[in-house]
Order: sequence, then C-alpha cells, then structure tokens
Amino acid sequence: MTRVNLALLVLIGCVAALPWFGGAYALRLGTIACLYAILALSWNVVGGFAGYPSFATAAFFGFGAYATGVLLGDGLPLPLAILATLVASLLLAGLLGAVLLRLRGHYFAIASLSLVEVLRELVNNATDLTGGGMGLNIPLASGSGILADATFFFYAMWGLLLATALMVIAVSASKLGFGLACIRQNETAANMVGLNCTLYKSIAFGLSAGFVGAAGGLYAAWVHYIDPSDVFDILYSVKPIVMALMGGLGSPLGVVCGAFLYLGLEEVVWRNYIQIHSGVLGVLIVMLLLLLPHGLISLRPGMFRRKAKHV
Amino acid sequence: MLVAQVLVNALVLGCLYACIAIGFSLVWGVLNVINLIHGSFIVLGAYLAWGLYQSLAIPPWYALPVAAPLFFVFGYLLQRLLLNRVIAAPVLVTLTLTFGLDLILNNAMIYFFKADYRKLSLHPSMGSVSLFDVVVPVDRLIATASALALTAVLYLVLRRLRVGRAIVAVRLDRDAAVLMGVDVKSIYAIAFGFGAALAGCAGVLMALIFPISPLTSSTYLGKAFVVCVLGGLGSVSGALAGGLLLALVEGVGSTLIGPAHATTLSFALLIVFLIVRPHGLLGRKGFE
Repeated sequence: MTRVNLALLVLIGCVAALPWFGGAYALRLGTIACLYAILALSWNVVGGFAGYPSFATAAFFGFGAYATGVLLGDGLPLPLAILATLVASLLLAGLLGAVLLRLRGHYFAIASLSLVEVLRELVNNATDLTGGGMGLNIPLASGSGILADATFFFYAMWGLLLATALMVIAVSASKLGFGLACIRQNETAANMVGLNCTLYKSIAFGLSAGFVGAAGGLYAAWVHYIDPSDVFDILYSVKPIVMALMGGLGSPLGVVCGAFLYLGLEEVVWRNYIQIHSGVLGVLIVMLLLLLPHGLISLRPGMFRRKAKHV
Repeated sequence: MLVAQVLVNALVLGCLYACIAIGFSLVWGVLNVINLIHGSFIVLGAYLAWGLYQSLAIPPWYALPVAAPLFFVFGYLLQRLLLNRVIAAPVLVTLTLTFGLDLILNNAMIYFFKADYRKLSLHPSMGSVSLFDVVVPVDRLIATASALALTAVLYLVLRRLRVGRAIVAVRLDRDAAVLMGVDVKSIYAIAFGFGAALAGCAGVLMALIFPISPLTSSTYLGKAFVVCVLGGLGSVSGALAGGLLLALVEGVGSTLIGPAHATTLSFALLIVFLIVRPHGLLGRKGFE
C-alpha cells in the first residue's frame, strides 16, 4: 500500500462522516459526490491505466440503471439487484470489450461513443420491458422518512465508492495493473513480449463497466424514475474524463479529488447560472485542457515561485 | 412502386448525408481530429438561412454564398487560436476539447434562439413532382442538387487548386509535405475552415427540409460519424458512397422493421464496419 493510496482511503473515510454535519441537502450532494467519484475512478482503469479513450461510461451507467430498475420492478431486493447488475455489466462489457478493444485511437473513441447511442435506442424501443420513452418508475424501497432514505442511499453509494477504490488499488498493485501500464506505453511491444493484451484490456473494461453499472443501479433506486435520455446522457461519459483530467490522469487520488472539485464547481454554476450552465461547463473544459493539461496533481509549490532565467 | 419510392428517397437523402459528412471527414482525415462541433455548425447554418429568409426574404439557395465565407472565417480562427494548441495531443484531449467547444456553441444557440423547433416554410410552397407514382418534393430536390454541387466543388478544389493539392499532401504524409515546403499549420487552419464552411452550407440546405433546433445537432453529428466510417475517411467519393449506403439501409430498414429501429440499425452497422472493415467501403487499408 503506497502513501498515495492510503491518502485516498483516508479521504474516502472522511467523506463518511458527512451525515453528522449536514441535512438532506448535504446528503444529496454527498451522494452525488460519491457517484461522480465512482464514475471517475472506474473510467480511470480504462482511460488512465490502459490509455484507451473510452466514451462508453454513459452506456454502462444507463445499462446498470435499467437493469436494476427492471429487477426491482420484478420484486428483487435492492442488494441482490445491484449485485446482479454489477455482474451483468461486467460480463457484457467484457464480451463487448473483447471485440471493440481491437480498435485503437480515434476508431475506439467513435465506437465507444456509438455504443451509448445503440443502447439508448434499444432501450427506447423495448417498450414492453423498459417503458421506452415514457421512462421507468421504480418502486419505493421503504416507507421510512426522507432523511432516513437519504442517509441510506448516501451510505450505499459511499460503500460502493469504497469498493471501487479497493478494486482500483488492487488492480494498480497487481500484475493486471502492470500489464495495463505496458499496454498504455506501447501496445505492440507488450503484445510481442507475450502479454495477452486483448484479455487484459477486456478485464479492465469489464471491471470498469461493472462498477459504473452498479452505480447506475443505485442511482436509479435513489431517484425512483429514469428515462433513456437521462441515464444514457453523453455527459455521463464526458464528465468522468473532465474529472480525471482535472485531478490528474492515472492517479486514483487525483481522480477522486478531481471528482469532488468538479462537483463543487458544477453546483456553484447550477445554482447561479442555470440557463448557461452547460456553456460554463464547456468554458471550463476548454480552459482546463489549454492551461492545465496534466491536472491539479501536476501542480507543485515550486511552480508558483519565479524561476531564475538562464542568462 | 414502393421499391422505387424507397430507392429514390434513399438517393435524395443519401446526397444530403454525404454533404453533412464531407466537412467532418475532411477535418478528421487531414487534422486527425474528431470534430464534435460539426453538428452545431450545421444547426447554426440552418439558423442563418432561417434568419435571412425571415428578415430579408432571401431564399436559402442564395444564402449559401453568404454562409460559406462566414463559416470559413469562423472555423479558420477557431483552429488557429484554440485547436492548434493541442493538435499534437492524444485523441482524448482533442475530442474533449471539441466537446467543450460544442457545449459552448450549443448553449449559446439555446440561449439566443430558444430550444423551440422552427421551420423555414417557403411562400408559395414549391409543391412536388411525380414520375410513374414516385413523388419527390421540389424543395428536397433542390437541396439534393445543391448538396451534390457542393460535393463536386470540394472535389474540384482538392483536385485542381494549389491549396487543395496541399491539403491532400498533408493528409497523405504530413512529414513529406513539410519537406516539400507546405506550411502545415496554415493548411490545418484552411482545412478546418473548409470543414466549417461545408457544415454551414449543409445546415442551410437542411433548413429547407428539416425543422431547426439546437437539440438536433447530435443527430447530424451521429450521421456524420456513420457516413465517415461506412465510406472511408477523408475522400469525397467515400463520403458519397457512405451517405448513399446509410440512406439506403435506413430507408429499407424503416420500411421492413419500422422507423423506430432505423437509428439502432445505422449505429449497429457502424460498429460492424469498425470491426470488420475499419477503412470503410472506399478507403485504403492501413491508411489512418
């Protein structure tokens, strides 16, 4: 366990203390913070460790939300539904990954973007199962009060975040993480020395999608109503990338910090400039990429001191 | 007769799809950037045509010469000032940057024009022509002819003009082009300007046929993706082939299994093509 990973766990531990300090609004914000951190950490496994520009996060988020929604509608208890969703997303992504991850660069990016469209249209058209464009109502889990409900979902999301962080730490410390780093640096060479690139990439894609799907499922159970344009929103694909770029690509601690910071910015913009919030998000993305391409983690105290120029 | 109608519809729509996609394909092929602003450029072009018709009663086909230079300058500056700074960065960065720019442009359009659907309706309306029971609206026919003309103009520019040859040279081999004295930076900006101008002109033509709203930009972008991958990257003939194939598949698909599944079908086709034949119908292998 490196120091950075320990700091990550401590940070997540601190978040758990939130219910003692805030009301329902703080709990809602905390739940979204955990959700964003899960998405960013999971994306980081594919985008940061293996270096594949995946835009498929929204596809598995939506898939997970609908899988859990349908299972809950059939009367399955929540923990079982979430677990089934996790396994289903993992298997689906592993299979899709074995095919799609043969593509590289721009072609992979386009394919992963299209995956979102395909799944959205499929859900839109499968009216019998998913309710189509009318959306899906999900039965209330319990008759308990608002605050108890909010606390329950906060801790559920937090627990999933902890599980995701442990998964990411385990991956980065294992042979799989080493293999992914090899793939990121030079895939052809990694293949030459006998690394089963397709298998490694598929496992990474599957793990990433499994936790994204579970997060989508919890989200669906939390908000009680989902529709295709909401959960298959392409912004769910882009936001984790922005968070990861903000915090520093590849570093789990940086990515989680980026997620929390992003949520703070988003909340401020939402509250004050609702009409132009997506434009402000766009400005934020552009400035981030042009001015701070390696994220906050690349900031060092020395950077702010004026350096002596060579004469 | 249904078969003939479906085929004619596919032909008419396919040329429009090609027109939507050539600018996108040019930018992807030459700059190696997936330009996500393309859809919003098209919608902006449609608003330009709508505004000119509403305020000055200028019909859309006369709006084309206005749109082309305006969008060229817009695209040229955008490339020079912003995109050029990250042009060598990995696909993740360029794609996310153009996504951010798209958010800004799209939000600005929603803010100024509202998200309502508008329609440019010509007075008097142009009616339709029919030949052996095959019916085609005249405005659609005009849009298709203009789209074909635009495609031909791009083809001639790339074939005949000095700047066009330079663009093709940069696309084929950037380093060799530098050695031959081509100013790659300015070619990048000019190619992006061409891409934007083509998007604007395509938007003007779309205004003749489809309702206009900022929310439609992602649909246009999706069509551009599919056409590019089906036809092959960076060539005018590839875009034409891809556009016709997409329109044919959509037309036949919606006749046989219902219009709700047309989009699913086209994206499924995209993924199949990416896996089986990533260089497209007319693209050359190993030519990314």
